[in-house]
Amino acid sequence: MAGMSIEELENMARDCRAEICKITHRAQAGHPGGSLSEIDILCALYGTRLRVRPEEPKWSDRDRFILSKGHASPGMYALLAKRGFISHDDLESYRVLGGICQGHVDMKWCPGVDFSAGLLGMGLSYGLGCAFAAKLDGSVRNAYVMLGDGELQEGSIWEAAMAAAHHEVGNLKVFVDRNRIQNDDFCEVQMRMFDIPAKWAAFGWAVKVIDGHNMTEIVDAIQWMDSITDKPAVVVANTVKGKGISFMENNPAFHGAAPNDEQLAQALSELGVSA
Amino acid sequence: MAATRDGYGDGLLALSDNPKVVVLEADLGKSTKSLHFRKANPDRTISCGIGEQNMLLVGAGLASSGYIPFASTFAIFTERAFEQMRNGVARPNLAVHLCGSHGGTHTGTDGSSAQSIEDLAIFRTLPNVVVMHPCDDISTKVLTCQLPELGKPSYMRTARNKTPVLYDGREDEIQIGKGIQLTKGNDVAIVACGVLVHEALEAAKILSVDGINASVVDMHTIKPLDTDLIDRLADTCGAMVSAEDHSIIGGLGGALAEHLISSKLIPLERIGVPDRFGESGEAEQMLEMMGLKSHHIAAAAKAAIARKA
Ligand SMILES: Cc1ncc(C[n+]2csc(CCOP(=O)(O)OP(=O)(O)O)c2C)c(N)n1
Ligand SMILES: [Mg+2]
Repeated sequence: MAGMSIEELENMARDCRAEICKITHRAQAGHPGGSLSEIDILCALYGTRLRVRPEEPKWSDRDRFILSKGHASPGMYALLAKRGFISHDDLESYRVLGGICQGHVDMKWCPGVDFSAGLLGMGLSYGLGCAFAAKLDGSVRNAYVMLGDGELQEGSIWEAAMAAAHHEVGNLKVFVDRNRIQNDDFCEVQMRMFDIPAKWAAFGWAVKVIDGHNMTEIVDAIQWMDSITDKPAVVVANTVKGKGISFMENNPAFHGAAPNDEQLAQALSELGVSA
Repeated sequence: MAATRDGYGDGLLALSDNPKVVVLEADLGKSTKSLHFRKANPDRTISCGIGEQNMLLVGAGLASSGYIPFASTFAIFTERAFEQMRNGVARPNLAVHLCGSHGGTHTGTDGSSAQSIEDLAIFRTLPNVVVMHPCDDISTKVLTCQLPELGKPSYMRTARNKTPVLYDGREDEIQIGKGIQLTKGNDVAIVACGVLVHEALEAAKILSVDGINASVVDMHTIKPLDTDLIDRLADTCGAMVSAEDHSIIGGLGGALAEHLISSKLIPLERIGVPDRFGESGEAEQMLEMMGLKSHHIAAAAKAAIARKA
């Protein structure tokens, strides 16, 4: 798994994008926008770095990946199916009664999910706890957390950020999916956050800003995170909500709306994937 | 058919003329329906970002300064600001009006993380706070429009999905704190709130086939409880069923039990979400799975009647 090439990662991300469109279309509900913005990072992380065992998802010494923006579950499920944590058929259970692919990622239901999310602002504290546990165990494992940019408006994020820096938790690694859109509108309208990298730096974190859709930059940033061991590290990834599907890109309407039949067909053709 | 959250949005918009009314949002105005007020009154709408705890206390500050703040988010996320509501709003008795939309398992496929089944219980424990859960868009609008006169804090749960409209042309019957008797019968009283009022009405039809006459009550205000009505129903029916899309613990059923235990000892059966979390499923599937459908209510009514002394 570790060591997928850039081209392989890009192909995987394209396939996941198609899957995101298909499963939200099938459910006629869900969150495609934030799934499409996060997916390149998820692919790079699982394809080059994360120490996990698809055949043994509860392996106790695995790295943890916490999708704190748990509404963006279609991206997570598409990836878990690609990596063999769940089957391709399981994707059909998204939002279906009794299905393992619950509306929001749920660790009780789905193999490979490390945190039951859908409640913004909680994943960073949880990841900090996982990182503390790894240190207490004397383990090399890391805790990775994916945050939304709107999610940064929750005060609890900054409680966790302060605590992580205070305790010099070097095995806590964060991505911010900086897609500039939240639920109702653009972040700029809802709540301006001004200089996000400067905020993390002021809280004592190592900070790097990247293009969250440039696979080479993402892979490099994941390696950079490994080089930071004495403090928590955050990668602020500039992304495009709905990335890869023209009519979803930068469109707040596709935060929480599924494509219809024609839109799905268009999306798949834009991706160059057959239905 | 209409959703109670739309009634809330209509109610806020109708309050536009009151210059003291201020609306607070936490990035869910499109969902809770405060967006209509925002569009009409951008200068009196404050975006608090995704920050529910901050929103509640901004509301408290506004209320203490003579404004009438209406704050809304999903019911589940009002819970995050519970201590703000408790210490910053209820304790000083500041008239902040909190609305939690998408309450109950009826919310559907988002799954358990979004299905609040404990909001009525927790807010009911707070002194000074009025707790409501109306069943249709008209009553939601009327109750919302009565809130500026209330003079104390409130919590109102609305639902995501559409349900039948009951009160078109009957606006005058709706008053905070007064239950509404929808059918009259002397065998059993079914006291319901929110989405389950409609299931209770269906249950009464099922029961009538067996010759059982049920009084169905829409108890849209859970606190203060309309105890006069409850006592009257206890006297005439001698058996009661509560029905709510909420945990079996501490909601409307809990409120009825607490009252009846020290006033009229009649059999009470409670229909509510058993002591468990929900999951992803369509609204109707969730009601069936949690035991909240009309046939469950009818069976509970028969059980209550069978326990009459
Ligand atoms: C505490 C909390 N408040 C509100 C919501 C409702 N909600 C779901 S997604 C969302 C917007 C999230 O925006 P962002 O974090 O930027 O995520 P992304 O753009 O990556 O989808 C909101 C407000 C929530 N899930 N949790
Ligand atoms: Mg965003």
